[in-house]
This record gives sequence, structure tokens and C-alpha cells, in this order.
Amino acid sequence: MKLSRRCFLSFGIGAAAGITLSPLPWKLTDDISIWTQMWPWTPVPPDGAYTYENTVCTLCPGGCGITVRKVDERAVQIAGMEEHPVNKGGTCILGNSGLQLLYGPFRVEAPMKRTGERGEGRWKRISWKEALSEVSSKLNQIRASGNPHQVAAVSGSKEGTVARLINRFMTVYGSPNFMTEPSIQDSYEAMLYLMQGATGSAGFDFENADYILSFGSGIIEGWGAPVRMFLANSNWRTKGTVVQVDSRLSNTAAKMDRWISIEPGTEAALAMGISHVIIKENLYNKGFIKEASEGFDQYKKLVLDAYSPARVSDVAGIDPSVIEEVARAFAASKHPIAICGRGKGDVPGNIHEFMAVHALNALVGNINSKGGVWTLPKNEYIRWPHPIMDKVASLGMQQERVDGAGSKDYPYVQSLLNRFPKKINEGSAYPIEALLVYNSNPLYSMPDTKAVQAAFDKIPFIVSFSSYMDETAKNADLILPNHTYLERYEDVPTPNGLQYPILSLAKPVVKPQLNTMHTGDVIIKLAKCMGNSISGAFGWKDYKGCLKQTLGSRWNQLYKKVYDVDSGFAPNKWVFETPSGKFEFVSSLVKNADENNIGIPHYYPTALEGDEKKYPLIMVPYGSMKRATGYVGSTPFMLKAVSDETLVKNDVLVQINPKTAQNLGLSQGESATLTTPVGEAQVKVNFNEGIRPGMIATPTGLGHTGYDEYMGNGKGVNANQVIGTVEDPLTGLNMAWGIRAKLTRS
Amino acid sequence: MSASQEKAKEVSAKASDGGAGIVFIFFIVGLVVSLLVGWVLFPKVLYCQKEQPFDFNHALHNEMVLDGCQSCHFFRNDGTYSGAPKLNQCIECHTDVQGITKDEEIFVNEYVRNNREVPWLVYSRQPDCVFFSHAAHVLAGEMQCKTCHGHIGNSTSLPVYEYNIITGYSRNIWGHNISGIKKNTWDRMKMDDCAECHRENNVKQYSVQTKKGPCFVCHK
Repeated sequence: MKLSRRCFLSFGIGAAAGITLSPLPWKLTDDISIWTQMWPWTPVPPDGAYTYENTVCTLCPGGCGITVRKVDERAVQIAGMEEHPVNKGGTCILGNSGLQLLYGPFRVEAPMKRTGERGEGRWKRISWKEALSEVSSKLNQIRASGNPHQVAAVSGSKEGTVARLINRFMTVYGSPNFMTEPSIQDSYEAMLYLMQGATGSAGFDFENADYILSFGSGIIEGWGAPVRMFLANSNWRTKGTVVQVDSRLSNTAAKMDRWISIEPGTEAALAMGISHVIIKENLYNKGFIKEASEGFDQYKKLVLDAYSPARVSDVAGIDPSVIEEVARAFAASKHPIAICGRGKGDVPGNIHEFMAVHALNALVGNINSKGGVWTLPKNEYIRWPHPIMDKVASLGMQQERVDGAGSKDYPYVQSLLNRFPKKINEGSAYPIEALLVYNSNPLYSMPDTKAVQAAFDKIPFIVSFSSYMDETAKNADLILPNHTYLERYEDVPTPNGLQYPILSLAKPVVKPQLNTMHTGDVIIKLAKCMGNSISGAFGWKDYKGCLKQTLGSRWNQLYKKVYDVDSGFAPNKWVFETPSGKFEFVSSLVKNADENNIGIPHYYPTALEGDEKKYPLIMVPYGSMKRATGYVGSTPFMLKAVSDETLVKNDVLVQINPKTAQNLGLSQGESATLTTPVGEAQVKVNFNEGIRPGMIATPTGLGHTGYDEYMGNGKGVNANQVIGTVEDPLTGLNMAWGIRAKLTRS
Repeated sequence: MSASQEKAKEVSAKASDGGAGIVFIFFIVGLVVSLLVGWVLFPKVLYCQKEQPFDFNHALHNEMVLDGCQSCHFFRNDGTYSGAPKLNQCIECHTDVQGITKDEEIFVNEYVRNNREVPWLVYSRQPDCVFFSHAAHVLAGEMQCKTCHGHIGNSTSLPVYEYNIITGYSRNIWGHNISGIKKNTWDRMKMDDCAECHRENNVKQYSVQTKKGPCFVCHK
């Protein structure tokens, strides 16, 4: 038998027929279609029981209630909590994407000890026992040398039990250097103290206000409690008028009823000019001025002498008739409110500007009354017994603070973090041997990053409690990672700017995902490691026990409902705690108030850093809801939403008026070097007719170096690298709203 | 060359090939081999077996519970279906080893004591593009479990779990018969089977284009 070609062909035909008659081709076709429709490598989340848990978002001081949707034990969605009075079901983009901060790979997985050079990123995992022993032995060593005041702590906020525990720890340890991240709340508190004698925070009855005069406040860009402000703004679209004073066409300016473009930094002059018209035309609230104010005549004289619309118009670059129009409309409204604090309110600001703006509220008598500015008492729910201090602690606490807050030079503020790097770098104060950082990322969020870095380099021992590998954690010696906000208990006091006291309770919605520990527990454990003189002030078994005891009878309500509103609160209409018992246009709490008008609202040009000849332009930073600037960075989800007017690939775009750009010979989209007295950055030019000539605006919240590429490492430039600080002469707070700059073709 | 000579050459060539018989034999061999490959070898290669973490006796449990299948495979308050029971349900009875089976020992020692969920392999898990609501079928449609799942509730041990090496899905979806022939409603769980039942019961047959059930009823 000879095998021929035909045999093979025949075999092939037979095989083909057989295969066709078998299920193989048909089944394979079906399987391949299923395979291509559902690639096996596409992750599919497991199904399970859906549950919803309410808690409070603590990613910013906005205090929104949130509802977290879970599938079994995994959190899958964050939405606003419908019944929470602050946000009424709303959320912001950061709050919405908070799960990326829970499950992100940039979290610190366990206590870490640095093994390489600082910032190099080489770490060794250690146990919690080792971590606590490292910190306690170092702190004990410093204390034993009689220098407990050479330990400092930075906290994101001064409110809440965790911040208070750290403060308490510092007190019994013997250091007055407990500092907090600055914001416009500091200026508002100082202003309320100076003009009203109040020791509390400012609340705004926006829900009942009908005319809002905003001096640069980013009403829909993160000022106050952001989501509450969105809701208030929606309400004003139909039932109110909002006038935005801004040197650039910000998102807020674009969306409000009227935008008044002024020269940057002249807000106080405009406020004084409006006062001038109100007083001159007799439009002020005579009852308030007569019954409840002091120093009006002196203020009136100053205003009438120096702030006529014509003079103000020269300074602020606006038409005098605009000033008159706004003044009349403001005074004619039933519940007008004037607010200030630029943008998101990250920079505290000029106290005299705050006073000048608040004087407008006084002129219309809209203080502590419906639709006006209210004073909220300090949070009083934390009533711990005064700690007993040993001799070392007492001596340490008698030392002056490094930042000078509370000293005779700066008596109106409790913390001046902006002065801290300067004092360390100058070496004019005592050295700081150890620094504890909680809920704060100063190496990113403080102005003049280079100076902050230099100061941190001088501190031999830095401990970060951060949940994330942020810039400060990366430059620390030891990281004791906290649970993230969705894994921990925490009390949340009244959010910024709310007009009534509310207390909320953040609860863990998922179990701790990593080997982290609540910083409250760490502080209590640390105290217990450090001997009787310190542990005596921390009688609680753990943080939860401390919190439960602190909240007392409110715990059950808070646990069930998440929030507890002090429904009995009502402001004392026209009652003030100043020495005169009245609203003081001329603050009697300031010594020599008349000298250079230091205790009176007035305007003076800010001495911005930099020589005008060398740096002919003015650079201002600007924020957006789409970019987080505080302790936590922008989530990957947020970075997707950043527009190409802000960031193109990895290049940041700076806004500049086309005329100014033309004079500089710069064209749209061109690469340029932005230089300021504190630093330099590579940027791209973006023409924007909404910005006044001679100015550049740089977006904030970009250019991280700590987290990872998805959290914005290398995307753009951190605006804090090119802006410095300017000290307010009365409070010492940072009031730098801008800096001198130049832009050259690169 | 003449025509007769050519014909003679052709015939002799045929003879030298061994004739039509051999060619036919080759055809048959090809046919049989490929049929064997298609019907016997292919299913063996296409499906792999995986072992369940341990064996489970449905019949035994069924006798002891009050509410049949729904005692363990229940509907949650929000109407969603719980599927395979979680450890929390099991430990109501199984905190300690009960009985003498090896499977019970594995369950208690490896899962209950370590608080680990049992990674059950689910025979009837549909591809991810399918939206299926148990509530719509069992509660609203009053269907019985066995219509789709067969008599698993009376089984004393778990069947072998087989999965398709291309798609990764369980063999129960296509059915055990490789040719796709079914005798019972629970033999297959393909789209055609869903559609057949929907057609018979006139469920949502309102697609304007096809006059059948619209795609999005199951494919969201």
C-alpha cells in the first residue's frame, strides 16, 4: 500500500467532517466569545450583603455627614448623609473619593523606622512595642536633660479630643510648643476677640442672609464648610445677592451675581470705602451704633477723612460709583453679611482687613442676630481635670514658645506655625530636639517649602503619625501610622463658619486594614511608657474609653445618630465681652490703639516679599475644590478632574493677562520660568483675560513629592515652593496673599 | 499520446494508489479520530476539576432546618440574595466539631477556629455580564430552587466542580452534556435556557425590534 496525496486529503476531509460533527468548533466559538467579553484579568468585586453606615468625614474641617455603602466588610461608596444638617446629603469631590485614601497603596502599612538618609525612602518595619519604646526613650532622654520645652508638636487642628490629648501630653511633659495648622479661623478668632472681646469662633447665618459681600472668599471653592457653602450658594441663586470682590475671575467670581475686580490686596481699602459711603449717607444702623458700639466717632473720622470713594478708587482700581452702589445695596438689605479670608482660607490674612470687613457688619448691626455674623462659644464638651505637672513640666511650660504665640508680642493668637521655620533657621530661639506631627503635612502645605525643609533638617528627631506616606512622613525618622478616617473614632466639633454648635462622631466603618494604631491610643500608651509624672494625666484605658467618658451622656445619641445639635443655642444679640461691653471699632484690648491706627480697622499696602524692580509682577496662588491643599493630598479621582487650563501632562499652567504676557514677549502655552524671592518653578503660560494686568496666578494643591504618581507626584509644581510669608504686625499670623515675581522665557 | 494511452495510464495510477477503498479508509480514520477528539478528548481538555474546600451534605442539613433551602440561602432584608452561607451563619451550630467526618474537622479547625470564610466554588455562578435577581424569580415568580439548581438540596455530597479553562466559568452553565442537550430544566444555565423559560411564561417579551425579551433585562 502506497500512501498518496489523495490519502492525506481524504484523511483531512474526514477529520474536518468529524470536527464539524463534533461540538468542538461550536463550543470553542461560544467560549471564546465569553472570554473576550469578560477578560479574566478584569477585577470583579465580590458580591455580598449591602449595608450602609453613617459617619463623619474628617478630611477637612467641613464636618459633613457621610453614608458609606459596604458590600460585606468592604466599603464601596461614599455619599452624603441625607439627614446631617451640615451637608444635607451633599459631598465634595474629595469626600466622594475618600475610599482611595482608605485602600490606596500610598498608605503606611505599619510602624516604620528610617534606615537610609532622610527622605530617601528606605524604611524598616518595626513592631508597635518597638515604636513606642523608641519614642518614649527619646522623649525621656530629652526630658532628663531638663529641656522638655525643646520638643514640639504640630497638629492639624487644636479642636477635638486627639489634638487635646497631644496638647495635654505636651503640657505634662513640659513643652509649651503645641502648634496648629493656620487658617482664616485664627484671624477670625483674633478679630472677634479684638472687636467683640469674644473667645470663640465666627459663625455665619448664611441660610437667612440675603446679601453677601465677599472680599475674595472662595464661597464655592472650599471656604468655610465647603458643602454647606455649596448649599447656601444654591439658595442665594433664588433668594439673595452675592457680590464677589476678587482680583481675578475665580470660579466664585464667575458664578456670583456680581464680580468686582480690584487691585490685589486692596480689599481693606474697599471695605473702608464702603463704610465711608454708609456713614456719609447715614445708612448705618443707628440703634446698634448708639446702644451697642464704642469708638464709632473715631472710626467715623478715620473713614470720612481717608477713605472717600475717589481715594479708594485710586488704590483699588475701581470706579467710585461701584463703591457707592455696593454700599447702598449692602446697607439697604435686610440681612447683609460681609465676609473675608481669601480663597479656601488657608492663609490667615491681615487682621486689619478682617476688622475693616467686620466693621461693615457692625455698621448694619448684623451681629449675633438673624442672618448675620454670630459668635460661637468655644467647644466646651471636653472637660478634663487639669493635669498635675511635676517640676520639670512646670519649668518647661514657663519657657516662651518657639513661635512666640501668646507672648507679649503676639498676645492674640495661640499658635504661629508660620514663624516656626524662621525661628529655627535663624537659630534665635532654643533648638528643637524632637517634633511630633499629627494630621498635618507642613513640608507640603506651609509656604516657603525650602525654608520649612531647612528647619526640619535641623530637628534631629521627627515622628509622623500620618496614615499616608506624605512629604512630612517621608522626611520623618519614625512613622507611627494612624488609622484612616474611615477606620477610627473621633469627635468632630462645629465645622468652620457654621452658626450653631454641632458635635458629630466619626465611627469606624471598616476594620483597620493595615497594622495601624489610633493616634489617641498611641498618646495614651506613650504616656504610660513614660513614667508616673506623665501617665498620671492619662487615666483612660484607651482612646475609645477616653472619648466615651468625654462625651458622657451624649455618646449614645452620637453613636446612633452621628450628630448632636445644641438646639438651645441662640446668640446674644448685641451683647459683647469687651471691657466696654460694646462692639469696639477701636479695640481697647490693643495697647496704644491709636498709634498708626493699630487697634482700628484700616488699610495699608502689604509689603510683599521681593523688590519691585527685580520682580515686576505679583504672583497669587489660587485654590479649587478639585485640588486638596491640606493634610491629605488630592485623590487620583480628583486629579482626573483637574482641567487642562490648570495642568497639561505634568506642566502647571499659570494664568496671566494677555497684555502683560505680550509685554514680556510670552506667547500662549509657552514654557517659562517663574521666579520669586523664595524659589523658582518651571511653568507654562496660559492667557486669561480674567486676571488683572501685572499679576500671575498659580494653582495650589499640585506638585506632590511624597505619595505616588497617582496622587500627583511630579504633576505640576507645589505653589508653596514659590510663595513666602508676611507677618501681620498685630497678630503675627501669615498674611501673604501673594509675592513679587518675574516670568521669563525658559 | 493517444486518448486510449492516457486512459490506460490513469487506470494504472489509480491501481497504484491502492484504489478508492484506501482513500475511503483514510477518510473514515480521519472522521473517527476527529470525532473522538471532538467528543471525548476535547471535553476532557476543556474542563479542569477543582476540589471544594471540603465536602458538604445538603440532605443532612435539609433535614435539620425548618425553612428548607431558604434557611441558609436566604433573602436579605433589602431583597438581595445571600448565596452561599457565610461563616457567621454556620458557626451558630458549628462552634465545635460535630460528628466524626473528616470534612467537619477540616471545617471547624481550618475555618471556624481561624475565622476564615470558606472559599466555596459556586456551580451556578453566571458570567459577570449577566444580571440575575433571585428575588424576581423566587419571590415574584414563585419558582422553585430545583427548577434551575436541580436536586442539590437532597444530595449527600458535593458534585465535582469543573471549570472551563478558557472562560473560567463552571461547567454547570453549559451543562454536563457537551453537545448541549438537556433533559431537565436544571441541566443547563445558558442564555437560551433563560430565554426559553421567559418565552414560555411570557416574561417581558416586549422588545420592539425582536418581539422577544430585550437584552437589557439581563445584560445591564
